[in-house]
Amino acid sequence: MTVKEVVEKMGLKVFSGEKGLDREVLGGYTSDLLSDVMGHAKEGEIWVSLQTHKNIMAVAGLKDLAAIVLVKGLQPEEDTVAVSNEEGLPILGTDEQCFEFTGKLYALIHN
Amino acid sequence: MVLEYKVEGGDFTQAGNVSSSVKKVLKQLGINPVVIKRVVVALYEAEVNIVAHAYRGVVTATLDDEGIRIVLDDEGPGIASIEQAMVKGYSTASKEVREMGFGAGMGLPNIKDNADEFTITSKVGVGTRLDIYIHYV
Repeated sequence: MTVKEVVEKMGLKVFSGEKGLDREVLGGYTSDLLSDVMGHAKEGEIWVSLQTHKNIMAVAGLKDLAAIVLVKGLQPEEDTVAVSNEEGLPILGTDEQCFEFTGKLYALIHN
Repeated sequence: MVLEYKVEGGDFTQAGNVSSSVKKVLKQLGINPVVIKRVVVALYEAEVNIVAHAYRGVVTATLDDEGIRIVLDDEGPGIASIEQAMVKGYSTASKEVREMGFGAGMGLPNIKDNADEFTITSKVGVGTRLDIYIHYV
């Protein structure tokens, strides 16, 4: 499944990094601790988080994650968007909270 | 091959730049992706530690035939108890740093988990040196 398919199936907002919508999604990881993601997320996963600052892009890029989803209607900061566009690593958004969204994403990916 | 980078303490907008540069070089050299992943995790954590705790630092990455050695030398407050700093969950990071999702006390354990060799030496009031070695295989 591609990031684009996840966006369509879950009705997500695409904030930035449209170039990367064809990236393959291999799983998901939900966490707000950057070191946790750094240590345990895997390549191709969608990262679900509340964090909106630029450092999430460094982590996502270094870990070759497929995309980031911001929950609860949160918006990425301006410099976060700039890096996302540069690197073609999409930042997506949902109004749902972490638990609900993660559950639905899990069901979608593991269906 | 020797790569050298400077890291400024407190500047979170630049955090990860060194890791990103080193990752690019390793990719270009065709290093095993599994090894690159380990280097990236260890280096990023060490780089962020300089940003979060020190005034400034220098990162030197040396590539030889068998692996990569990364030495991070910082000028900063130093670590009073390395034993305590290595405990998962222990952190002296500020509230601001924690709110960003850093300072969860996972950094040094992450480095240890990904390095083949890892030593820390520190002098309170002077600075800290991390020496990390990761084999290519």
